[in-house]
Amino acid sequence: MSGSTAGEGTVVRRLARIALTYVALVSLSCVFLLPVAWMLSSSLHDAASVFEQPFRWVPIPPRWETYARAVTVFPFGRSLLNTLAVAVPYTVGMVVSSALVAYGFARLRFPARDFLFSVCLATMMLPGQVTMIPLYMLFSRLGWVDTFLPLIIPGFFGSPFSIFLLRQFFLTIPTDCDEAALLDGAGRLRVFWSVVLPQAKPALVTVALFAFIGSWNDFFGPLIYLNSPERATLTLGLNMMKTQIVGAGTVEWNTLMAASLLVMLPNVILFFAAQKHFIRGIAAGSFVS
Amino acid sequence: MRGDSLRGYLFVSPWVVGFLFLTAGPMAYSLYLSFTSSSMFSPPRWVGLENYRSILTEDPLTWKSLWNTFFYTVFSVPLCVALALALALLLDTRVRFMRAFRTVFFVPSVTNVVAVSVLWLWVFHPEAGLLNTVLGRFGIEGPLWLQSEVWAKPALVLMSLWGVGGMMVIFLAALQSVPRELHEAALIDGASATRRFFSITLPMISPALLFNLIVGMIGALQVFTQAFVMTGSVQPGSEGGPNNATLFFVLYLYKKAFQEFRMGYASALAWVLFVLIVGLTVLALRVAKRRVFYLGGEER
Repeated sequence: MSGSTAGEGTVVRRLARIALTYVALVSLSCVFLLPVAWMLSSSLHDAASVFEQPFRWVPIPPRWETYARAVTVFPFGRSLLNTLAVAVPYTVGMVVSSALVAYGFARLRFPARDFLFSVCLATMMLPGQVTMIPLYMLFSRLGWVDTFLPLIIPGFFGSPFSIFLLRQFFLTIPTDCDEAALLDGAGRLRVFWSVVLPQAKPALVTVALFAFIGSWNDFFGPLIYLNSPERATLTLGLNMMKTQIVGAGTVEWNTLMAASLLVMLPNVILFFAAQKHFIRGIAAGSFVS
Repeated sequence: MRGDSLRGYLFVSPWVVGFLFLTAGPMAYSLYLSFTSSSMFSPPRWVGLENYRSILTEDPLTWKSLWNTFFYTVFSVPLCVALALALALLLDTRVRFMRAFRTVFFVPSVTNVVAVSVLWLWVFHPEAGLLNTVLGRFGIEGPLWLQSEVWAKPALVLMSLWGVGGMMVIFLAALQSVPRELHEAALIDGASATRRFFSITLPMISPALLFNLIVGMIGALQVFTQAFVMTGSVQPGSEGGPNNATLFFVLYLYKKAFQEFRMGYASALAWVLFVLIVGLTVLALRVAKRRVFYLGGEER
């Protein structure tokens, strides 16, 4: 970066700056990792030894049975299945509907198209509270309260974020193939399905990932729509478990930490499996403005 | 061509239908409800501006929750933006293990808020919690955090710093799109690092800065889950922390709507929040427009 005429002073200063950068990065990383390390350590203690002072970072012996207890106190398996039963159809609906809409906005010409697209973008920042109460009344009128439907069905109408992201991606795909296929007599739907979609895989994966994580992490939706404990999703179940344990006198922090770690784990795994999609999706979201 | 128009409408119809029935319709109905006295179980009765009058002049908890929300927003957003920018600047220096560092800072922001809240509930434990244990090492006796009326909000602000990963990634993308030649030219002219930061980096990333500030603000004004999970005690309805210190606006709205079933009143609260968010966003854009233009003019 610095010119070749740099004197000895500048070299020393550069080295010092690099060293400082590493010191800062390593210490900040420690601060960010510390809560997780502590969580893991707590989860391997027993209910009493987490309170011992000074705290033993490496519990001997590690109490793996905390995890067995966590998954029984908190019906982890059932909550996981419930979460998947919501997140999977929601994600499928979101990807399919958003792709259709994005294709329309990117490739077809019709009156008021740009106006509709700007309305779509404008709703991205809309605070959900102004629609929440009528939607609750609507879904309860339909008899959908305490079912997964209010959490799944809205996914089938696309979201502004997904539509925007896919539309931008479709615009970068050359129209040559579309036109060739259209001349060959293929319908629009067929062009969309067999010509455009296969080329848009990376964007589709990004959208699917964000829809899935969004549904997976949702707390407010399950909180207002699901009443029966046996329908609780992971987030709702974890909160119910917290209430139950905190209410029970001696708080088993080890069990709570084990359960929280189990709930966090899939996100972390997904992140490592699809790191570049996360980064791209977040960066893309910021280009809206 | 007419066929093309029809096909266009068909393709975008999922969104149009969703917009009409899940966004515009409910918005209009919620506005109507806000002028009524309505419970879940009885038909709405028109009361005019009564809900708004009561919210703004009678209900002490509205102002309390507004104050709490402002406090949280005013401290959390600038601190998060500053930390995110600092982390992004550190990572932009072409360090080795950049991906590993980025992962460490980013992952907390994609994990589950409820699980993160339960973790931090334990971190903030007054006697055995991580934070007070660490503070104790330095001879500082930590406060009661979530159980203290004074420290409950600062605790949530502190916790929000753990989730700056998303903002950081946005800054990083913006930093990496700053042309290297600008920095090289400035170096040749003998500009100091500070000068380069304020004259090149900051103007070039000002759109990302604005985006993070606005999105951060909108998010902070709607803070809910952390407060609900961390400061609710055992009985439902008692969420809000010591003396309502963490009764944030959306938490208050939730309680009115889904614990007291006062749908009309809660709808009016929602519209107060909506007007507030739109107003503050427009204000931020106004202020920024002058700023970004000025900075843009300088680098051009």
